[in-house]
Amino acid sequence: MSMANGPDSPRTAVSNPPVQPMASNLGAGDLIRRSATSDLPPPTRQLTPVAKLIDVSKCIGCKACQSACIEWNDTLPAVGENVGVYENPHDLTENMFTLMRFTEWVNPATDSLEWLIRKDGCMHCADPGCLKACPAPGAIVQYSNGIVDFIHENCIGCGYCVKGCPFNIPRISKADHRSYKCTLCSDRVAVGQGPACAKACPTQAIVFGTKEDMKKHAEGRIADLKSRGYSQAGLYDPPGVGGTHVMYVLHHADKPQIYAGLPENPSISPLVQSWKGVTKYVGMAAMSMLAVGSVIHGVFGRANRVSREEEEEAERLVEQGDETPPHDPRERRP
Amino acid sequence: MTNAWTDIKNTDLVVVMGGNAAEAHPCGFKWVTEAKAHRGAKLIVVDPRYTRTASVSDVYAPIRQGSDITFLNAVINYCIQNDKVQWEYTKAYTNAAFIVKEGFGYADGLFSGYDEEKRDYDRSSWDYEFGEDGFAKVDPTLQHPRCVWNLLKAHVAAYTPELVERICGTPRQKFLQIAGMIAECSSPTKTMTSMYALGWTQHSHGAQNIRAMAMLQLILGNIGVRGGGMNALRGHSNIQGLTDLGLMSHLLTGYLNMPTEKEVDYKTYMASRQFRPLRPGQTSYWQNYSKFMVSFQKAMWGDAATAENDWCYHYLSKLDVPAYDILRMFELMNQGKVNGYICQGFNPLLAFPNRGKVAAGLARLKFLITMDPLETETARFWENHGDFNDVDTKAIQTEVFQLPTVCFAEDQGSLTNSGRWLQWFWPAATPPGEAKADTWIMAQIFLRMRELYRKEGGAFPDPILNLSWQYHNPGEPEPEELAKEINGRALTDLRDPADPSRILVEAGKQVVNFSQLRDDGSTMSGCWIYSGCFNEAGNNMARRDNHDPDNTGAHPNWTFAWPLNRRTLYNRASADLDGKPWDPSRKLLEWDGAKWVGYDVPDIAPTAKPRDVMPFIMNQEGVSRLFARGMLRDGPFPAHMEPFESPIANPFNPKMRGNPVGRIFESDVAQFGTSEEFPYAATSYRLTEHFHYWTKHNRVNAALQPEFFVELSEELAREKGIAGGSWVRVWSKRGSVRAKAVVTKRIRPLICDGKTVHVIGIPLHWGFVGAARKGFGPNSLSPFVGEANIETPGYKAFLVNIEPSTAPRGGVVA
Repeated sequence: MSMANGPDSPRTAVSNPPVQPMASNLGAGDLIRRSATSDLPPPTRQLTPVAKLIDVSKCIGCKACQSACIEWNDTLPAVGENVGVYENPHDLTENMFTLMRFTEWVNPATDSLEWLIRKDGCMHCADPGCLKACPAPGAIVQYSNGIVDFIHENCIGCGYCVKGCPFNIPRISKADHRSYKCTLCSDRVAVGQGPACAKACPTQAIVFGTKEDMKKHAEGRIADLKSRGYSQAGLYDPPGVGGTHVMYVLHHADKPQIYAGLPENPSISPLVQSWKGVTKYVGMAAMSMLAVGSVIHGVFGRANRVSREEEEEAERLVEQGDETPPHDPRERRP
Repeated sequence: MTNAWTDIKNTDLVVVMGGNAAEAHPCGFKWVTEAKAHRGAKLIVVDPRYTRTASVSDVYAPIRQGSDITFLNAVINYCIQNDKVQWEYTKAYTNAAFIVKEGFGYADGLFSGYDEEKRDYDRSSWDYEFGEDGFAKVDPTLQHPRCVWNLLKAHVAAYTPELVERICGTPRQKFLQIAGMIAECSSPTKTMTSMYALGWTQHSHGAQNIRAMAMLQLILGNIGVRGGGMNALRGHSNIQGLTDLGLMSHLLTGYLNMPTEKEVDYKTYMASRQFRPLRPGQTSYWQNYSKFMVSFQKAMWGDAATAENDWCYHYLSKLDVPAYDILRMFELMNQGKVNGYICQGFNPLLAFPNRGKVAAGLARLKFLITMDPLETETARFWENHGDFNDVDTKAIQTEVFQLPTVCFAEDQGSLTNSGRWLQWFWPAATPPGEAKADTWIMAQIFLRMRELYRKEGGAFPDPILNLSWQYHNPGEPEPEELAKEINGRALTDLRDPADPSRILVEAGKQVVNFSQLRDDGSTMSGCWIYSGCFNEAGNNMARRDNHDPDNTGAHPNWTFAWPLNRRTLYNRASADLDGKPWDPSRKLLEWDGAKWVGYDVPDIAPTAKPRDVMPFIMNQEGVSRLFARGMLRDGPFPAHMEPFESPIANPFNPKMRGNPVGRIFESDVAQFGTSEEFPYAATSYRLTEHFHYWTKHNRVNAALQPEFFVELSEELAREKGIAGGSWVRVWSKRGSVRAKAVVTKRIRPLICDGKTVHVIGIPLHWGFVGAARKGFGPNSLSPFVGEANIETPGYKAFLVNIEPSTAPRGGVVA
């Protein structure tokens, strides 16, 4: 059954699923963008934009979101080691789509310690740099509700999404050479369920609903924080990427970078913005050079190098304009 | 908990001290975030470390571990000095006005009656002055120099903000800010909740930590009200159930006492348990003790328990020592006095203090039986794991039997949560392999033992041969059958004493609750406080109606709360002397002229007149106790005591080590370290990524927090040349561990008594079996010290040393 009788997108992450199986409510007709595809037909309807709101001031850093993410997506990060910090795994990986990042920050105004804990992961930009940078047709799609999803069978592992992302989120699997990140649980949202992390969050620091509702919810939280002396409390919904479908409530919204380097004014590189077709590759190379020493410098060391074969394959695919049917979000990757 | 988890949303101020609720109870902590988000409640955290709870607090203050009494007594003093007392409540509902005997005193850190030889107090002077009518004398004007209020005032006068700074290391201004916030809750329309856990209990003076906060809550008028209370956060989902059902060597069920060898017969046992009221007209509910005791004995031995044989009183074990607690059992093992040990759902090798002593004790057993759903280090204590378990396997002759049990998700029954809710649960999965329910295992052992006693006799087979065992399948009692037995039933028709022609409960029917229990052998009940959980209305623990009229947080039809489905204990105290709620917006009960009505089951007789009967019905006085009489072994008021291993001497009495009546064994004294040899103050704790020693078996949890570490300040790390992520060795007088170092701003050196005190934090989730990396726990280092009243081991304050080191031998991957 579709959600014809109910809202087109779930309004909360806390409800329990119905017992009977449901058909996916996210389909080809809901795509508004598709990587390396110039002739995408217009969507058949407009879904209500959704958003996940992460209230950093309510987060206790329990990692239930990480645990729920692993369980739902069936990823299994390796048992690592302690390197002197609370982050485990130590970074986002192809098996860890979300990560609590812990920052010990001494507030210069009060001289008191604040332990800033930010859940990192895909921001689901309204203007997604990854999608724009992606040369593989249909490897990255955007639904009209705002979710940016990776369709792994179309991914060629070139790593351009990594370079196109202003938040340093996607990770390329060394096992299958495909790119992975948070899907905003598109497979759950498609059947009326909120993201697994929001469902698991014990303090409801992570909430989910329509973007409008989430902004309203954020207003209340910001008022509360201001009443507690956080005069710069605010919402993080950066305009440089057209706003995001994952937003933060920050106690110090004037200083997002103190939250483990959350970018102050994220935007897509103008090179990614402007390139078309094969010029992408020229642009990519130029961007790689330009980016040395920039905020996202660290990414290049980790991203897979694009081999000549992959480049050729990418170009072949771009030229063919391969039309792959849209991915059914309920399908789990192998 | 006096209140329920769901009630925390009603509070104005949350004080987390002696616990780390966000970290250790993340799901329950949501009620704090509710209170913050919807009531604008403030959160105060007082802890040696800036914890995950502190990360969402409004105010955080550091404190040296083990010095909480000083902090709390100083808050009491602050409230008294600044007239921030809920006077009406304090005068009417506490023993402030009671006059204490002449002869009671306190000097040099000790109360009157101390006997250094016995390491015990003669508590006879710790009591009220009684009139000829047998009632305690009171002075409602609080003028009498020996009334409790004036003694309390004098007792806490020494606890100044300066003393807090000196002993606790808490900056004076931080203390004053917090004391000011707490004092505001003396208003009848503002409440504070205290959330605490093992950070208060696991000290040699644990009960006094809790007493100090309870007294503060009483003078603020915060007990029995919505959003108030003393809320102990229990460490396992059913640890509340463990104590309720008497799984302690000195307890029977429902907090009835195990007899001692001096109580040779039932009459002697009951003679000291008459509980006559100490003030006119008071309830003193424990006057019903005999009804609960006899019903318990009938549940144990059925028809064999008769009036003539004192209901089989002679079948009950008689204690020759205060308790056979875990510390004593392992002391006795080390003395070679224990042959066998059944270890059900416990992992002593990691859980009990002084691991070296625990391991040596296990090695002297003839046999060890473990019952656990998971592999435990205890079951493998004989296996050599390099540095992680460096034993000589060949030298150990203990025979080990591992009996795999079902895990909670494969079982059914009830779990009692911190809020005293008995919540029935159903199996979600089928147990793997040979795993069996604990009830099946215990029944099989019992049936075989009984058969042996039947065949071979033995010194005293009667208690075993006559044990009541009337189950549908004797080999595996069903959880419902056990629950019904706990609830209790009528054994003969119960007639109305006022009208004998009327039958209240027919023979064989479940009693509605403990009010129907009798001491004439006509009723049985396995655990009186649980009575009402499974009566003729059905299994009340299985109820799942989450309606909450007027959003009080009571949820009266959700499962069953003991006693009598009461959600907030002492709820009569939520209303004033005339029975009107102190805060109409937070009404729990009110007197309608004829009876008590409201949102909760009244914690008082429904028709008890408000000015006649006082709210603390379990106390003989009818009121709560600021002065505890002789109820606790270590004093009627909380007084500052240092840990047995402390970086500073006790400023009240430098010669006094630890709690003067704390539980220590002669053999352990040589293993206490001094601050010269071991300069750093260590504490132990849990992390939110793990549950005790269980989740290291789970690959997801193991990935989220993979490896044992210790935490230390940047200052100490600099001093010692320790880099974050490098190996360190931490050792005490009792043992040594190696760990990764987490160097953090969240721990800062404290200045106590003019000395810099460095705190070292040691989490406890690693061992040598499971999916996580091999590691150690704090129990390799912590001392063999027990709480003075309840023998809880102290894990929260001890001394260690630290140095840079190398990786341990023995392979780090489990």
